[in-house]
Amino acid sequence: MSAAEPATKERLLDVRHLVKHFPIQKGFIKRAVGAVRAVDDVSFHVDEGETLALVGESGCGKTTTSRCVLRAIEPTSGEMHFRKANGVTVDIAKLPRREMRELRRDLQMIFQDPFSSLNPRMTLLDIVGEPLLNYGMKSRSEREHRVAELLRLVGLRPEYMRRFPHAFSGGQRQRIGIARALALNPRLVVADEPVSALDVSVQAQVLNLMMDLRQQLGLAYLFVAHDLSVVKQFSHRVVVMYVGKIVETAPTRTLFSSPKHPYTEALLSAVPKPDPRVRSKRIILEGEVANPANPPAGCYFHPRCAYATDICRRESPALREIAAGHHASCHHAEELNLAGIVPEAA
Amino acid sequence: MPPTHIRSKPPVSADPTPLLSVRNLETHFPLDEGLVIAVDGASFDVQPGKTIGIVGESGCGKSVTARSILGILDRPGKVVGGEILFRRGAKENAGGPVVDLAKLDPNGSEMRAVRGGEIALVFQEPMSSFSPVHTIGTQLMEAIRHHRDVSKAEARRIGIDLLYQVGVPNPEQRIDAYSFQLSGGLRQRAMIATALAAGPSLLIADEPTTALDVTTQAQILDLLRELQDRHGMAIMLITHDLGVIAEMADDVVVMYLGEVVESAPVDAIFHDPKHPYTRALLQSIPSITAPAGEKLATIAGSVPHPNNRPAGCPFHPRCPSFMPGLCDRRMPEATVVAGGHTVRCFLYGERAAAA
Amino acid sequence: MTVRPETVEELPAATEMGVVEERFEVATPRQLIWWRFRRHRLAVASGIILIGFYLAAMFAPFLATSEPTKAEAQRSLMPPMPIHWFDDSGFNPHVFGTAGKRDPKTFKRVYVEDPNKKYEIHFFARGFAYKLFWLIPSNIHLIGIEGARTDEALFLLGTDVQGRDVYSRLLFATQVSMSIGLVGVMISLTLGVVLGGISGFFGGFVDTVIQRVIEILRSIPTIPLWMGLAASLPREWSVLQIYFAITVLVSIFGWTELARVVRGRFLALREEDFVTAARLSGASRPRTIFRHMVPSFSSHIIAASTLAIPEMIIAETALSFLGLGLRPPAVSYGVMLQSAQNIQTVATTPWLMVAAVPVIVAVLAFNFLGDGLRDAADPYSQ
Repeated sequence: MSAAEPATKERLLDVRHLVKHFPIQKGFIKRAVGAVRAVDDVSFHVDEGETLALVGESGCGKTTTSRCVLRAIEPTSGEMHFRKANGVTVDIAKLPRREMRELRRDLQMIFQDPFSSLNPRMTLLDIVGEPLLNYGMKSRSEREHRVAELLRLVGLRPEYMRRFPHAFSGGQRQRIGIARALALNPRLVVADEPVSALDVSVQAQVLNLMMDLRQQLGLAYLFVAHDLSVVKQFSHRVVVMYVGKIVETAPTRTLFSSPKHPYTEALLSAVPKPDPRVRSKRIILEGEVANPANPPAGCYFHPRCAYATDICRRESPALREIAAGHHASCHHAEELNLAGIVPEAA
Repeated sequence: MPPTHIRSKPPVSADPTPLLSVRNLETHFPLDEGLVIAVDGASFDVQPGKTIGIVGESGCGKSVTARSILGILDRPGKVVGGEILFRRGAKENAGGPVVDLAKLDPNGSEMRAVRGGEIALVFQEPMSSFSPVHTIGTQLMEAIRHHRDVSKAEARRIGIDLLYQVGVPNPEQRIDAYSFQLSGGLRQRAMIATALAAGPSLLIADEPTTALDVTTQAQILDLLRELQDRHGMAIMLITHDLGVIAEMADDVVVMYLGEVVESAPVDAIFHDPKHPYTRALLQSIPSITAPAGEKLATIAGSVPHPNNRPAGCPFHPRCPSFMPGLCDRRMPEATVVAGGHTVRCFLYGERAAAA
Repeated sequence: MTVRPETVEELPAATEMGVVEERFEVATPRQLIWWRFRRHRLAVASGIILIGFYLAAMFAPFLATSEPTKAEAQRSLMPPMPIHWFDDSGFNPHVFGTAGKRDPKTFKRVYVEDPNKKYEIHFFARGFAYKLFWLIPSNIHLIGIEGARTDEALFLLGTDVQGRDVYSRLLFATQVSMSIGLVGVMISLTLGVVLGGISGFFGGFVDTVIQRVIEILRSIPTIPLWMGLAASLPREWSVLQIYFAITVLVSIFGWTELARVVRGRFLALREEDFVTAARLSGASRPRTIFRHMVPSFSSHIIAASTLAIPEMIIAETALSFLGLGLRPPAVSYGVMLQSAQNIQTVATTPWLMVAAVPVIVAVLAFNFLGDGLRDAADPYSQ
């Protein structure tokens, strides 16, 4: 199986200038005294059948971005165009409640925490059947039939549908969460760190399942992750975020072999490689991630950047296309010769 | 050029006596639901000035092992067997007296002198390891004065120096900060400074970077190495992350459900693993250099709950080399397969020899 | 690196791992709560004691030996009667008749047993007429003296100033005092769940207002406010009206604590992934609340309510003790303790304070039970 090229190139989701500011409130009457720019003018797209990874460190806005796409959080501004199965494109950001509810059939989510994402007081039948019931499958036997089918699809025994989540291990629970997300045959699944809470030996099972399902069902994933080795394995393209902004976006292989933003370079280099023979030569970033409530002037990354010059301290760089499909927001993207961690594609 | 850190270690001393020697450690938790055997006969050595990595998944007993060494087991956990031989005063003279920590009263004066003094601990969660109502400095100075007879002013000076050593910027001001005012990375640095207060000969780091971002993790790991080079202490690094182990450890102990299944020098673990569990674990981590979209090798099933341990070798229900009638009956003995490389599996040793 | 292909179906069944876990795996959350609760021995014992209390309240007239309001000046302040278990014929529990005399020196009334008047104690004896559960007419009592003169009776715990049987009054007081706790908690619970739910779910301005109201209510010293309000109850109200007024009074403060619990759970649950998941699965707002959120905190609320009951019992007892709550002819623990207000009573007629015992026992039992329930309410935390 090759993940290099998705079959279709139709654009499924097109996010433009997405902004989410959380007001900082103070005092008894909750006066807004500032804003945390959690997501600050972010644009990206997901093609049909494609896996796009959103990566970055905690507080970079990747999770907020994904929740905005689902309208689990209301975006402050921006557009999110979603192409429905019938070819009509709608703007998720502006959909009224009722139509948004209808669109949720196409747009589902897999959660990070396999424990808190399943209601402990409901059986698998009720958990996985919940979306079915809400979207009109009132007959219980019909639901049972469909839930059994879904459980089989994710590798669980249908006989377990009357059990409660506490009977299952973390990996099995994550499968249950996946079954729920697939119940309505969605076309885009937002997966928020779906394996980071699992044991190493179980991570691989769940990732393989998700890759299988992508192929079988033609799903697209918006994959939020901080583990770059998982991203490398799993996604077609990568969006790297830093303090609410996109710093680089490129096809996975390109990003890992020739990053164009110094932050990406540092991030890749910081990943511990599971081979004691390749120790050494790591880029250690100095200092801390900038505060999104009070970011530095110019490029947000310049205080930690080894290549920063005067212009970086003054002007905020725009996200520009460096090569086909490869965008970076660095003033010096063309001049720098940054090191990747995998060899160039042949 | 970006600041890079190229690893260089002092030449390994020819000292053959280990700093810490854990022999057949058994720790049990008699719970209402039944007896949980958290550690079942674990043995390994920690050499002075070296880093030993203890790796395993949830419930493998790696943290309980560390807590057994320090005598800080949660109730109702108890060390019921084995020895924890620790060489005291290793910093001053190499041939200090050896004490069995398992025999000491966990709250007695000797144990308290060892714990925090000669063996220090760094936790996973830097937020909860500091009291929110005291400043970093108060807690740091308390640790210093607990082990050294110095005045408050002197302790503060030492404290500032320690914070400086662990790379906390503006230590003169940060010493008066509260833990919640610091970022996760800085908090972990302050935690390490507290651990260093008494000049320990062994630093136990229990998942020290799990709660941190990858770039912060790189900073902390770098700091630990630097401190080890400077102070010559041994580090016992407990983690589930094989990447961190590969970066840091000299020797590796692989645990599964309370058993040490394999222990070896780091290169052997990654390039010549013997135990099927170690092999499977290594194969199941997504490699950053593997082709994209390639399916990962997996270990079937999941880690059983510790109070539901399979009989015999605990890995046998998930093992690709499972031998019925053997693996599900007895736990294999530890077999030395090469210098410093021990494995507990019937594929090696007695059965292999008989074949 | 070699890759072992894997089919999804390869995952072994959870049950294959062992038989021990089977029971746990098929258990419902309710069973888990019960198993966990059962481990708290003290809470279980407390639960049994409380069941005893409510059974005693329900069967009060059956268990009583005389009418709680029947006064007899000749029997004033009798000490508890000793029961004689044996006579010449063997086991035959009986009491002797007593004659009251005034001590010529102290002018105290003293009671002397008269061995000639022997009253045998029988099970299921006939006595005063009552209606069990306010419905079934009967005159059968668990124990009593049959065939004796109506004015001769069994005073297991002595009599009060007006010559009323303390034991029987205690049983009827249990009816009143224990039910005030329950009714009070019902009222508190309704107020608490509604206001706490609104506060937690909507948040923002509504939340701020409700939280401030709670803070103001909680900052008022309770006893003076109760006293003020209770004193303003019209004198001419019937016992029943006073009873309800008092329950409302004691729940004025009770709801604030419950409202806080409910709000806290709501806020915590709102952030839970499974609630977000319900929303993303297209569940409507009422469905999200009632199908997904409420069942998750109902057990917490039951625990919190259990912990609120003893406060109400104490409140009623305190008010009645001060003469501001229930008034005779109603009987409650507080009303009974009113007669024990002075040091003389304590010194000369200690049996009048017996009503303090069930108050203490019930309050402790509710607290232990509540603690046990609170620990069991979330069976998933380890």
